[in-house]
Amino acid sequence: MLPYMDEVYGNPSSLYSFGQDAKEALEDARARVAACIGADPREITFTSGGSEADNQAIFTAAHLGAKKGKKHIISTAFEHHAVLHTLDRLKAEGFEITLLDVHKNGVITADEVLAALRDDTCLVTIMYANNEIGTVQPIAEIGAALKDKDVIFHTDAVQAAGHLHIDVKEQNIDMLSISGHKFHGPKGIGVLYTRTGIRLETIISGGAQERGKRAGTENIPAIMGLAKALEDAVAGIDENAAKLTVLRDKLIEGLDKIPYGELNGDAVKRLPSNVNFCFEGIEGESLLLLLDDKGICASSGSACTSGSLDPSHVLLAIGRPHEVAHGSLRLSLGEDTTEEDVDYIITAVTDVVTYLRNMSPFWRDLVDGKRQHVFEK
Amino acid sequence: MALYSEKVMDHFRNPRNVGVIENADGVGEAGNPVCGDIMKIYLKIENDIITDVKFETFGCGSAIASSSMATELIKGKPISEAMTLTNKAVTEALDGLPAHKLHCSVLAEEAIRLALRDYFDKNNIPYDPKEFPDAHCDTCCHT
Repeated sequence: MLPYMDEVYGNPSSLYSFGQDAKEALEDARARVAACIGADPREITFTSGGSEADNQAIFTAAHLGAKKGKKHIISTAFEHHAVLHTLDRLKAEGFEITLLDVHKNGVITADEVLAALRDDTCLVTIMYANNEIGTVQPIAEIGAALKDKDVIFHTDAVQAAGHLHIDVKEQNIDMLSISGHKFHGPKGIGVLYTRTGIRLETIISGGAQERGKRAGTENIPAIMGLAKALEDAVAGIDENAAKLTVLRDKLIEGLDKIPYGELNGDAVKRLPSNVNFCFEGIEGESLLLLLDDKGICASSGSACTSGSLDPSHVLLAIGRPHEVAHGSLRLSLGEDTTEEDVDYIITAVTDVVTYLRNMSPFWRDLVDGKRQHVFEK
Repeated sequence: MALYSEKVMDHFRNPRNVGVIENADGVGEAGNPVCGDIMKIYLKIENDIITDVKFETFGCGSAIASSSMATELIKGKPISEAMTLTNKAVTEALDGLPAHKLHCSVLAEEAIRLALRDYFDKNNIPYDPKEFPDAHCDTCCHT
């Protein structure tokens, strides 16, 4: 990225040679990103991030459908808010939205998508992997099922890019969103893949950048960083997945020994890096603060950490009751995570959960049988 | 800028008066698990003086810190003084709470009031019921 801040700093839209050097770098990055997902470079649009890519994809597909009188959209209840809130806006425009149930394991099937399909369905938007519980959807099967239908298939692949295989042609994906910082790239940069033949709707109007579909001077350093990070991630994808899966399963096994806790989402169909548990009788924010004191950075779906009054919509979507969703913990593993780290985390989480339960009147009531346990063990 | 003041973090990391008083003279509980916080206060009262107080809390960092601070503020104090403890006093003693966490201090005030009412009830001491609103959380969408 650095050379594109102080050496190749020209504006790609300018005719002078500095600008043309930047333009060349931009198109090179576009080709490299395209190669990472099996796309054509002309099918790649750079955006400000995953949210913008989701917005643009969904508005595009919906409004193309509306022109043909098709105003029904299929999605899932546990999409990222960039998708759900965009769908809310479309609902206000008169679109009908079907949100598929994601079941207790957080995985849907292609058959369920087909069953929800109607003559007036214009868009199916289903995330590749969930950002909180890491469950992976059968994207290739859904793509195959929709291949011959007159419906656009978009997937929010923000969590998947660089971690799971993506080949938009093989998987019959029409539109796909990516965000740079989910594979060690920079923040504030994203990608929207749009299959040739789908005319993108402009969200940000202005100049003719990105083939007139996304105005604004390109963020060249961020684009170069994203392209490099994605290439590196894709090159090491199998090796990393194999390594992380072993650590993930060890962590899950260790945390599963804590009584009255349960893994959120399918144990197998999940990102190699994702571990997400709910523990009865404790609240997530205090758990995070005490783990932070032990050098462990984690997150939670509790209301107190979400800044809203309700716990995570993802945990509610997989059927966790509020009181259990408040006690959730998400841990993300990375390439640098070691087996020793995992051992340390298991001990730390076990200790902190025990400590917090010992001062929790809610836990006392569960132990005394005054309230019912949600989990069996 | 940290989320919480140093005082909040101190009371969260080293909470004072955690535990249970067996055969307490008054017990009060506020909040509910759906909202994500419950506070339970136990009082020992002798000659109208709160001689001991313990708490148990299920909740976030500020809920635990608010319970800890509130118990410190009423320990050794006469009932009349405990009755006038406000959530504002708890918040101020903690050097402030983020706006969306103020309800934690309200819960602490409520739990103490309810524990005192329990004491009055047990000892047939007359009181004005208006001073003891039912346990609720104003800021919560689940009530």
